[in-house]
Amino acid sequence: MSISIVVTSGKGGVGKTTTTANLGTALAMLGKKVVVVDADTGLRNLDLHLGLENRIVYNLVDVIEGTCKLKQALIKDKRLDNLFLLPTAQTKDKTAVKPEQMQELVENLKKDFDFVIIDCPAGIEHGFENAVAGADKAIVVTTPEVSAVRDADRIIGKLEAKGLEDHQLIINRIKFEMTKKGEMLNIDDMTDILAIKLLGIVPDDEKIVISTNRGEPAVTDPTSKAGQAYKNIARRLLGEEVPFMELDNQESGFFSMIKKLFRR
Amino acid sequence: MDFFKFFSKQPPSKDVAKERLKLILIHDRANVSPTFLEMLKSDIIRVISDYAEIDERGLEIKLTKAGEEGINTPALIANIPIKKMKETAK
Repeated sequence: MSISIVVTSGKGGVGKTTTTANLGTALAMLGKKVVVVDADTGLRNLDLHLGLENRIVYNLVDVIEGTCKLKQALIKDKRLDNLFLLPTAQTKDKTAVKPEQMQELVENLKKDFDFVIIDCPAGIEHGFENAVAGADKAIVVTTPEVSAVRDADRIIGKLEAKGLEDHQLIINRIKFEMTKKGEMLNIDDMTDILAIKLLGIVPDDEKIVISTNRGEPAVTDPTSKAGQAYKNIARRLLGEEVPFMELDNQESGFFSMIKKLFRR
Repeated sequence: MDFFKFFSKQPPSKDVAKERLKLILIHDRANVSPTFLEMLKSDIIRVISDYAEIDERGLEIKLTKAGEEGINTPALIANIPIKKMKETAK
C-alpha cells in the first residue's frame, strides 16, 4: 500500500520544506521506501535541505517534458538507500507543469514507493494546484502566529473544496515557554480555531538552522528536539500511537541538564 | 516589569490573537467583506425601523461557520435590541 502526501501551508516560511525533508528521512529510517518531490518549480529548496544540490542532473520538468525517464531524475540520498529526491527545475516557472501531468507522475511514483511526499510551494495559485493534484492526503503546516493560522485555514478550505478530506495539522516552531506565559497561541487554541485533526507538534529548535546549514535533516541528529518530534510524526503516519510532546519536555538550561543527568 | 504586569488589565496576547483570528476567519470562510456585513446591517435597520424602534448601537450581526453553535450550516445571527414597537405594527 503506498500513499502520496502533500505538505502545504499557504503561508511561506513556516517549515514546509523542513517538514518534507524530515518526514521523508524519518520514514526512510523506519525502513519505508520514500521519495520526496519538490513541487516548488522555480524556487526549489528541498535539494538543499537534504544536501543533494550538487547531484541534480535531470528534474521533474524534464520528466514531464519527456527529456528523460523518471528513474533518471531520481536522486538517491547520501545516507539512506531507500530515500530518493525528485528535484524540480530552477529555471522554469510553475506553468511548466499541469495538474493532470503531476497526477500521472505521482501515480507512477506510487508504483515504486511506499511514500510519495510532495513539498508544496507557498500560495494558493498554480503551484498549489499542481502539488495537491496527485495527493491522497495533506499535511497542513502552521506556526503559532495569526498570519500562519489564517493562511492555514484558507488552505484547509481549498483542500476541502477539492475533496481532499484527509488532512491533518502540524504545528511547527512552538515555544513552550511562551505558551506557558500565555504569550503565544497554544495547541488547543489552534486546533480549536482550525477544527482539524492534529498530527504533531514541533518545538522551536535552533538546531534546525544547523541541520539546514549542513544539509542534514534534524531527524539524523539524535539530540535534536525537533528531530524527535518529526520521528514521532513519522511513526504516527505508520499508524502507531505516539503521545504528543509534553510541555515539560522543553526544560532547558543548566539546572535541568543536571536534573536530567541524575534521572538517568 | 512583571510586578507592573500583575496590576495591568491587559489580557495575555494569545487571547487577543485568538479573538482576532476567530473574527477574521468568519469573514474569510464566508468569503464576505466587513463592508458586506455593514451594508446588510444598515438594510436590516432600515426595514425593522418601519415596525419597531431599535437600539442601533446595540445591534450585533455576525456570520457563524458550519458546526458552530449547534448549527450545521453557516448562519447569519443578528441580535437586535428593540426599544419599543411602533404603533403601526400593532
